[in-house]
Amino acid sequence: MTSATAEALNTLCAGLILIAAFAMVATRQVQGVVRFFIVQSLLLTASCFLIAYGRSSPHLWALGVLTVAAKVVAIPWVLRKLLPGEYYERREISQVVNIPASLLVALLLTIAAEFVSGPLVSTVTDPVIRVNLPIGLAGVLIGAWALIARREAIPQLIGILAMENGAFFAGIAIASELPLIAELGVAGGVILIVIVVGLLTRHIGERIGTTEAARLNELKEESMSWR
Amino acid sequence: MALILIVLLPLLAALLCWIPAFRRAAWVLTMGAAWIVFALSLVVWRGVLENGHFVGLPRWIETDGLGALILTIVSLVTALASIFAGGYMRRTLHEPERLWWYYCNTNLFSFALLVVPAVADPNLTWVGVELITLFAILLVGFERSRTALEAAWKYAVLTMMGAPISLFGFFTLFWAYHSVSGGAPETWQAVQAAAPKMDPNLLKISFLLIFVGFGSKTGFAPVHTWLPDAHSQAPSPVCAILSGVKTTVPLYVILRVLSVILASPMARIGSWMVVLGLISVAIAAFLLLQVRDYKRMFAYSTVEHMGIILTAAGLASGAGDFGAVSQMMNHAVTKSFCFLVAGTVLLVLSTREIGSVRGLLRVSPFAGSALLLCSLAIAGAPPFPIFLSEFSIISAGIRGGQYTAVAILATLIVVAFVAIFRHVNRMAFGEPIMPIEPKALPTSCWVAVLGAAIPVLVLGLYIPAPVNSLLQLAARQLGGH
Repeated sequence: MTSATAEALNTLCAGLILIAAFAMVATRQVQGVVRFFIVQSLLLTASCFLIAYGRSSPHLWALGVLTVAAKVVAIPWVLRKLLPGEYYERREISQVVNIPASLLVALLLTIAAEFVSGPLVSTVTDPVIRVNLPIGLAGVLIGAWALIARREAIPQLIGILAMENGAFFAGIAIASELPLIAELGVAGGVILIVIVVGLLTRHIGERIGTTEAARLNELKEESMSWR
Repeated sequence: MALILIVLLPLLAALLCWIPAFRRAAWVLTMGAAWIVFALSLVVWRGVLENGHFVGLPRWIETDGLGALILTIVSLVTALASIFAGGYMRRTLHEPERLWWYYCNTNLFSFALLVVPAVADPNLTWVGVELITLFAILLVGFERSRTALEAAWKYAVLTMMGAPISLFGFFTLFWAYHSVSGGAPETWQAVQAAAPKMDPNLLKISFLLIFVGFGSKTGFAPVHTWLPDAHSQAPSPVCAILSGVKTTVPLYVILRVLSVILASPMARIGSWMVVLGLISVAIAAFLLLQVRDYKRMFAYSTVEHMGIILTAAGLASGAGDFGAVSQMMNHAVTKSFCFLVAGTVLLVLSTREIGSVRGLLRVSPFAGSALLLCSLAIAGAPPFPIFLSEFSIISAGIRGGQYTAVAILATLIVVAFVAIFRHVNRMAFGEPIMPIEPKALPTSCWVAVLGAAIPVLVLGLYIPAPVNSLLQLAARQLGGH
């Protein structure tokens, strides 16, 4: 495989990662959202290995292995252990906006990401950065949108993780020489996010009887009449 | 060595609290670790004053004046809160078998808070701030009531959303640094030194991303909404740490990055900071007027103070930096005192509603006078430390010719002052309307409140020479010199 082929395959991965992000926005079933997250993480790993091959960087090979271990193996496993299976069967019938409108927002965010990263990549010659930076930013923004538009707890958590995937997708291109201990810290942090938020979701499910985050609405500022 | 121990001791304490044989001694272990860490932070303080920086493990664990200042206030506040927790948690927790878990979790929380100022690598700083956020989530929801879990969830979603955004910012910072550094390891010092050579566009984007990402953790408006919810629901000793230092630590990182930006020639970002800071102060000041829960009241006052610090840092003059760092210190000691007092009032009266408290001074002279004292201090009345730092910020602004900003800031501070006093007057004076018998206070609670009052009373009247030199050093490092 030549490095040009690796770059072309990396661009393919980028496109598929974007599609996976859209799919997470469009899927109603909780289980489906988790599956698309795993697919996106696999694509992220593939891109990581391709860049590692192109730049012959042992550091990125290690990072790829770390990504698989954390995001494809550990996170789904922890989620399964922490949360009862019934939470995964749920479907979100009503979201904050309907799904076609939600996809339109995601599309607009993608265009915005392209525009924002334009001035940054204009002076860069490395083709990998030119692909990964805008798509990574789009991934972060779409993940944030999924977090806002979703009402169930698990898809909201997956929204955070999808944002993280987006940041990482740009990161493997622009910060590939990051010290491994920092990468380890970041990967460990992601797993901890899943453990802590998963535990909290379980407490909420046990105590309140729903994992629909939109129903948590008791705390708000009431206006006080002037005396 | 001291710096490494500071990071390791809370971890060790957390581990011991987790081991069943030690669970009964969890409180004592937590207090012991917290006070040893405080003593060690004074050692770091002395070292920093001698050499300008302090090295634990070269390249990884290093700190400077600004870091030492944050270390000291974090360790002081966690140490005081650990004393308070003893009586408070025993009294309020319905399931005593979960007590060990509270101490285990607070130790992890203080570990994360101490890691951030102690590490030299910016990316590890990000990891530290993430850990702070994570370990706080279960503490906010610790009481596991419906509302506590709701507060924890809202806090989790809003602050975690900032995590990937700021991670992107740190990647960009690394990229900007790495393309000019020639392979030298990335530390805060090296980044600051290399700043003039770095691509200004990249720096600007990375600051923006880090600011947005950590802004929600600091509690800047409009992403401050988790703050009042979390503070009304979390156990009071946790509130003292959350409000006193948990908000200050991400702000410390933002200011660190800001100092890198200011060291590069395109430093026209100061006026933006002033505007954003003033927006936070304004929103907090007006929400303070209509708040109904006294713990929420102190929470909004935190939003106000974070805004003031940001404004001060944005005024972009040496004197503004001094105001910003001393405001950080004064806010931490005063606000943690406020929440310990709020916890005391809650223990005495078992209500958080301002409307159902009246004549507290007669019901419980100790809680009532402490409430008056802490409210005066946090609202910025002389002769308390907040007054001094706010005064130095305002005079720095006037000297810098920023009259509009200073006028708005001063007006809003007055609005907040009036708002806090409208509520506290009602609570402290008048005829008691509370039907319930006031409950006696646990010894550990009044010891902690008295201890927390000492720096609040002393620092307003007299700033000891080492404190002053550390503040000066921190301000210089913040200004990029």
